[in-house]
Amino acid sequence: MNIIVLLKQTFDTEAKIQLDSNNNVITDNIQYIINPYDEFALEEAIRIKEKLGDVIITVVSMGPRKVEEALRQALAMGADKSILLNDEVLFGGDEHTAAVALSQTIKQIPYDLIIGGQVAIDDGSGQVAIRVAEILDIPQVNLVTKLDVENNKLAAHRQVEVGTEVIEVFLPAMITAQKGLNEPRYPALKGIMQAKKKELKILGLADLGLTENQVGSNGANLKVISTFLPAPRNAGRILSGEISENVQELVRLLREEAKII
Amino acid sequence: MNFNLNEEQKMIRDMVRHFAENEIKPVADQLDRSGEFPTEIMKKLSELGVLGIPIPEEYGGIGSSFLSYIVAIEELSRACASTGVIVETHTSLGSEPILDFGTEEQKRKYLPRLASGQIIGSFGLTESNAGSDAAGMQTFAVIDGDDYVINGSKIFISNAGIADLTILFAKTDKEKGVKGISAFIVEKNTLGYIVGPPEDKLGIRASQTCALTFEDMRIPRENLLGKVNEGFKIAMHTLDGGRIAIAAQALGIAQAAFEAASEYSKQRVQFGQPIGKLQGIQWHIADMATEIQAARLLTYQAAWLKDQGLRYTKEAAMAKLFASEAASRFTSRAIQVHGGYGFMMEYPVQRHYRDAKITEIYEGTSEIQRMVIANNVLFR
Repeated sequence: MNIIVLLKQTFDTEAKIQLDSNNNVITDNIQYIINPYDEFALEEAIRIKEKLGDVIITVVSMGPRKVEEALRQALAMGADKSILLNDEVLFGGDEHTAAVALSQTIKQIPYDLIIGGQVAIDDGSGQVAIRVAEILDIPQVNLVTKLDVENNKLAAHRQVEVGTEVIEVFLPAMITAQKGLNEPRYPALKGIMQAKKKELKILGLADLGLTENQVGSNGANLKVISTFLPAPRNAGRILSGEISENVQELVRLLREEAKII
Repeated sequence: MNFNLNEEQKMIRDMVRHFAENEIKPVADQLDRSGEFPTEIMKKLSELGVLGIPIPEEYGGIGSSFLSYIVAIEELSRACASTGVIVETHTSLGSEPILDFGTEEQKRKYLPRLASGQIIGSFGLTESNAGSDAAGMQTFAVIDGDDYVINGSKIFISNAGIADLTILFAKTDKEKGVKGISAFIVEKNTLGYIVGPPEDKLGIRASQTCALTFEDMRIPRENLLGKVNEGFKIAMHTLDGGRIAIAAQALGIAQAAFEAASEYSKQRVQFGQPIGKLQGIQWHIADMATEIQAARLLTYQAAWLKDQGLRYTKEAAMAKLFASEAASRFTSRAIQVHGGYGFMMEYPVQRHYRDAKITEIYEGTSEIQRMVIANNVLFR
């Protein structure tokens, strides 16, 4: 069985985000991590491999050379191979162009199951994996919290308002990982030592058979207009005086100032 | 010159740091209070391969650099100095002598189990009348047929409470001083091997330090490590490496205290501002940051020399001396920054303060380190 894991490198969840004078995020001194939901995806792939045995896990990512660190970590955890799409023309796009580039990569390798995270914690985007499945025209189950894979099909559990929904689909298929799916492992030292010897392939636009117009900012349907930090939160206001007056004042403030009722 | 860790060393550091922050730091105060051995943590560290970092792959280890191991000890000690010294004693003192002086058979027999954490190692050198001066050793080993019969006792043996294997030093020639000492590999289930109760200590309280007594203990002659009467050389060589790891332990403790003090100085408000804005506090923070960095460079340099196969005796002693004294000074300073709160058991700085002291004492006191350094500077 061939499993593909879609992986994004993101800022550490504890990183303090700052903007420079042009409103670009300052990336110096920021710690990078594997997007936590993608780590669930990777862990699940490794568990399937441990259970079924004959599985090859390929991790696919797109981004600057720095992403190699995240891929090495994925290889150290237990992935077999990795591919990094590293080409300036591929960057600066949107979810659509990312999905086009990733799906074009995936078409070149055999796959039975694709696993991604349900959302990227940096830009909050939760579309790429879904779009990849659409382009490849394979079934998908999102926000999966439990997964059972057999030879040619899978059963995926997802939490819905009234309880748990179990969806069975035939392979090839794509699922996105939700928190709760598993607890990712630490990369063991043996894995760290082996990771150096595993394949980390770097591909560019020419390898994908796409044109410049289809990818990056040229192919994007979305454009980022501006970036800004949320306004610092003001201290709360305490109303003093008679309770009956306070309630009236509170209702007025909620209606007229906070505009939430 | 290159001051960077390589990719492998960085990955090992990040993994151990991540593990230590999530799995060890939250229970470190509890381990300190109870003096309980961190069984679960050690099991997980074994599974991750942390107990055999510098041991070559062919003997079941990870086969990474000595510097990787040093960085791991630093990170473990930053979360819990007890865990740091348990792993240090096991690796530097319990495993490395077999790697460096063992026969091929001894290496194959013991190293895979040590490196995988299946068995834990310790080091029996110190005696009540033989601390810094090993010549005064009163444990004797006498040949009887195919065995050595050993009688005597050791004190302050780190890991003794839980160790499965001890590198034991005993006199094989009563007439000679340090040149009459030999080293032996002793397994704990040997008849006549008696472990005392854990000592009640000021710091590193979760490390099981005990006395060992040997009563007509018989071990096969093939358990001699290295050559007869060359035990002192083995001990000194082993401690040279161990000292770099104790420097790393001190560094981890100092780093933890420094981080606590920095964080506190940003939170604590007095005179209408965070105390970190006051020059008096800033000078403490600046001194700590500078000297910890210096200690780290000395420690990593000594480890690097060892990795290159170069002489490192003097540098190991310098790293240990400087890092341990910095740790003692700055854990005290970190309490000072915390004021009265730092004196309370509720804040972990008091634990760092208590843990730091031993790094100036074990594996060669600061005075012995100065002796080693002076001898190397003046007479080599």
